[in-house]
Amino acid sequence: MCSRFADRAVRAGTAVIAIAALAACPRERRTFHDSPPAASVAAESAKSVRSDSGVSREGPYGDNAYALYQGKTLFAAFNCMGCHSHGGGGMGPPLMDSAWIYGYEPANIYATIANGRPNGMPSFKNRITPQQIWELVAYVRSMSGQGSKAARTSRNDEMEVRAAESQTTTEKPVLVTPPPTVNPPAQEGHP
Amino acid sequence: MTAPTLVIGEPVPVDDRAEREQMDRVWGSKPGFWGWLTTTNHKEIGKRYITTAFIFFLLGGIEAAMMRTQLSRPENSFLGPDKYNQIFTMHGTTMMFLFAVPIMEAIGLYFVPLMVGTRNVAFPRLNAFGYWLFLIGGSFLYVQFFLNTGPDVGWFSYVPLSGPQFSPGKRADTWAQTITFTEIVAIVGAIELIVTIFKQRAVGMSLNRIPIFVWAMLVTAFMIMFAMPAVATASMYLALDRLVGTHFFNPAEGGDVLLWQHMFWFFGHPEVYIIFLPATGLVSTMLPAFTRRPVFGYPAMVLALISVAFMAFGLWVHHMFATGIPQLAASFFTATSTMIAIPSGVQIFCWLATIWSGRPRFATPMLFILGFIFLFVIGGVTGVMIASVPFDLQVHDTFFIVAHFHYVLVGGAVFPLFGAIYYWFPKVTGRMLSEKLGKWNFWLFLIGMNMTFFPMHWLGFYGMPRRVYTYLASTGWGPLNLLASVGALVIAISVIVFLVNVVTSLRHGEIAGDNPWDADTLEWATTSPPPAYNFLHLPVVQGRSALWDEGDEHQVAVGTSTERREVLLTTTLDAQPDSRESHPHDSIWPLAMALAIGVLFITAIFTPLALPIGAVLGFIAFAGWAWPTKEDVESESDEKVSLEGA
Amino acid sequence: MAGALLACAGCSLHNTQNALDASGPQSQRIEGLWWLFLPIAAVVWVIVIAVMLWGAARKRSPREGMETRGGAEVVAGDEARDRRMTRIVAGGVIVTVVILFLMLVADFRVGQALTMAPGTQAVPIKVTGHQFWWEVQYPDSVPNKTVITANEIHIPVGVPVVMELTSLDVIHSFWVPSLTGKKDLLPGYRRSLWFRADTPGVYRGQCAEYCGLEHAKMSVLVIAQKPQDFAAWRAAQLDSATTPSDSLALRGKTVFMGTTCVMCHSISGTSAAATAGPDLTHVGSRRMIAANTLPNTDANLYAWISDPQRIKPGVLMPATKLDPRDMQALVAYLRHLK
Repeated sequence: MCSRFADRAVRAGTAVIAIAALAACPRERRTFHDSPPAASVAAESAKSVRSDSGVSREGPYGDNAYALYQGKTLFAAFNCMGCHSHGGGGMGPPLMDSAWIYGYEPANIYATIANGRPNGMPSFKNRITPQQIWELVAYVRSMSGQGSKAARTSRNDEMEVRAAESQTTTEKPVLVTPPPTVNPPAQEGHP
Repeated sequence: MTAPTLVIGEPVPVDDRAEREQMDRVWGSKPGFWGWLTTTNHKEIGKRYITTAFIFFLLGGIEAAMMRTQLSRPENSFLGPDKYNQIFTMHGTTMMFLFAVPIMEAIGLYFVPLMVGTRNVAFPRLNAFGYWLFLIGGSFLYVQFFLNTGPDVGWFSYVPLSGPQFSPGKRADTWAQTITFTEIVAIVGAIELIVTIFKQRAVGMSLNRIPIFVWAMLVTAFMIMFAMPAVATASMYLALDRLVGTHFFNPAEGGDVLLWQHMFWFFGHPEVYIIFLPATGLVSTMLPAFTRRPVFGYPAMVLALISVAFMAFGLWVHHMFATGIPQLAASFFTATSTMIAIPSGVQIFCWLATIWSGRPRFATPMLFILGFIFLFVIGGVTGVMIASVPFDLQVHDTFFIVAHFHYVLVGGAVFPLFGAIYYWFPKVTGRMLSEKLGKWNFWLFLIGMNMTFFPMHWLGFYGMPRRVYTYLASTGWGPLNLLASVGALVIAISVIVFLVNVVTSLRHGEIAGDNPWDADTLEWATTSPPPAYNFLHLPVVQGRSALWDEGDEHQVAVGTSTERREVLLTTTLDAQPDSRESHPHDSIWPLAMALAIGVLFITAIFTPLALPIGAVLGFIAFAGWAWPTKEDVESESDEKVSLEGA
Repeated sequence: MAGALLACAGCSLHNTQNALDASGPQSQRIEGLWWLFLPIAAVVWVIVIAVMLWGAARKRSPREGMETRGGAEVVAGDEARDRRMTRIVAGGVIVTVVILFLMLVADFRVGQALTMAPGTQAVPIKVTGHQFWWEVQYPDSVPNKTVITANEIHIPVGVPVVMELTSLDVIHSFWVPSLTGKKDLLPGYRRSLWFRADTPGVYRGQCAEYCGLEHAKMSVLVIAQKPQDFAAWRAAQLDSATTPSDSLALRGKTVFMGTTCVMCHSISGTSAAATAGPDLTHVGSRRMIAANTLPNTDANLYAWISDPQRIKPGVLMPATKLDPRDMQALVAYLRHLK
């Protein structure tokens, strides 16, 4: 008697596993060679902060935990903290609030990092690869709670200076007016 | 209706068919799918545990085969680093948490009530709950693995690698929650074993008469109670660090990375004895049947078990010798790690004395026992070597250690386990396993074991660390790795032979009688397979070998109710009749509770809402479980009974 | 046994990553322990198995000492035999205790020898673990005489070396088996390890604590040289990088300064000063690249820089897409940095 039900249970379990395998969670994907949408796409979006850039709402990595982790590591390695601190801003604007000067869509942020912006944001497109830029894009968005919650990074093993990204409440992003340009266009970035 | 008094006397030879049918009605499970879900029979649950744990063994074996395939050649591309890291973590986690401990507990849950002469474990619904939680927890791990969320941080998940900064995603959380599941399951099993062994033994089975396997399970259960909370706490701290942002393991905020190692290994070292001691109990309980004498030195064997259990808690830092702890502290752990070889030695010498003075029969279980001694002594002597700090500083975290622990775990636990399967398969299924296939199984396994793991001692010396997904050809490690991989293939073949044996014997095996091995423990005094109620009349025991010391009169205890489920409780030391205890009917609530807790743990990884939701579901399940039923109300009074002469 | 034969085959490979081919006093003492333990272990095992097999197989007369008890045929009880066996078992336990105690004494003596301080003339070296490379510094009392390098450690023969070990990310472990036992690199801790090489040579080691995706390819080379050669090497390491005279290498320097390299690497004497990746000031003088995964050749450098993820998937270094001529120039520049 019990072997018949065990039989059915085994078949059911195998079906569940097969379905799960096909689903293979995007959050956990780790791709080491990637060709995410590159500069041309971002160039399109630079023309208008509201343009439809063909990049998904979340960007290529918005829901990928490994990419967010890479983005956070690069944020420290490339010394973004020098101007943006840990998201609270300094010489550069805060990144963890809801105010966005040059656009909050992934393509907009890509353009910001790749091309630079007036008033001091350097252009990094010759300094870091498109994959790295998209990872930074995803991370920067997660600092204000955009993107998949489950994939967001947690606290670092360092002194606690702000809540972890996974603990951040999502702020609905709003565009604010850009400040007047007082400096010449940015020079190429160099840590 | 007055409760009948208890009478110890000789069984009256009558046609007991009606009595058996009545007992089946009282103790049997309900029919159909509902019966399958609600059963609280320890044998049903034990069989499920054993089968499920064995399936995890096969999955772990497949993972091992994949690892060995990848390592068979330098710079192989069968598995990349990400997949390999997940697979070695899954292999360790599966084997240690989902196979080794559960299967030993499962054999205990099946056989301890039979060996001590009672009808079920002490808390039947809790037992069912334990199994369902095990199934849910183990399935959770594997579903996550197939969703590419399998843990990839090693089975012991060191921080900071498994911590919030360096392990993105939910993989390490999956590991932490799997631990939580399996640790509760282990504690549930331990509670069952301790209470059953202390309170439900047959009349006359004083503590110095219980089979050595029962002693082993008792001691193991106590070890589980003390060790599991350490790993549960550690995994909770890890989950809190990752999900909530606490700083237990963050040096910058006052935490400590070594705290993890201490907490984990405080559990981790007793864990290996939790796996090993039941295996020694199995050997001691099988050996009499194949040497035709009780094990030599019963008091020494029992004291050896107890002293290993105590000493096991004093060894854990030997896993941390390379972390730079002070020399004096390390020396203490060298001394204790060396000392624990003494009770193990006592056990081996007693077994040798048993074999020497007995009349051996070389059936398959006996071959596995001899193979166990062959392999375990190798593992044991390398164990004494690595107790030494300077020696360990060379071989720690290398393949030398991999060789050592596979010798003691596969040789020391899996070989007795296979022997036990060949020995008790007739009792569980009513059919014998094939001796011919059994011998093939044994010899292939023994040869494969040595081919796989002996070369690894040398790989360790030649500089090959653990947990490497590949190695450069210039290291020269290729030939020994290839040999090890071929050995793994031989082991795989031996396991296939075993599976073929099981499948064909279930259908065509020779019918076993009640006692095909002419053995001496109580489970052989009932039919094969045993009925739902285990024994028609509760046995009375007169010596250590329950069946061999019976004398000409076979005494039984009659008088427990045949109208409802009732077991006899006896005093802890001398097993004199104490009282009667009602047992509950079959129930769906253990499954409901397991599902509630499963939901709680699994969704806790993703949202804190899991706690209120899980609490509500758990409360409902608990209310259903504890709700008094009509039968419970009627049978509330448990009278103290007195002994009446036959 | 096949295992022993193969072990000897391994010995003859003359592997400089071999705990049984000790080249310094630390690993020699440990190797000595092995050669003490191995015969003891072998003898114990042989005796146990011999007793087991003999006990199992020895001839017994058909009706020797059997009786029927409880309906089963069992060996008859025999008090004299049991007393004899008790004495033998007790004797075995006593012998075991004595052997274990002797092993313990040997352990403690070797342990003590290994931890005794080497004296003030030891060369201090600081090693910091990263995922997946070794940062190496030779501190000096004069700060601007501190040598900074990566993955390849030179030491003088016959002079003790004291390493200060720590990690900036996860736990790693420094292990060069020919020279000494291992020591973990723990974040939040500074551990020290001292050892000495008595024979000149190139000794390979690997990270011995699982540290992530590329734990398998995080190797270290310890090169023991005659003291005067070591001093010369150390002095050369202090020099800043020179501007190359070769036009290809000069173009390579321009490429380096203009692309992704400067975001992570430093070359002293230039404006590249990032510390996320290994210091490259003298990368041309190293025998191997990528934490000792590939020999340091033009072709390997080309392949590594073009796509490190093909060789070590999971390292932080990205694939750099460059024009092939630019890439050749870059490689030439790096090879110039000796």
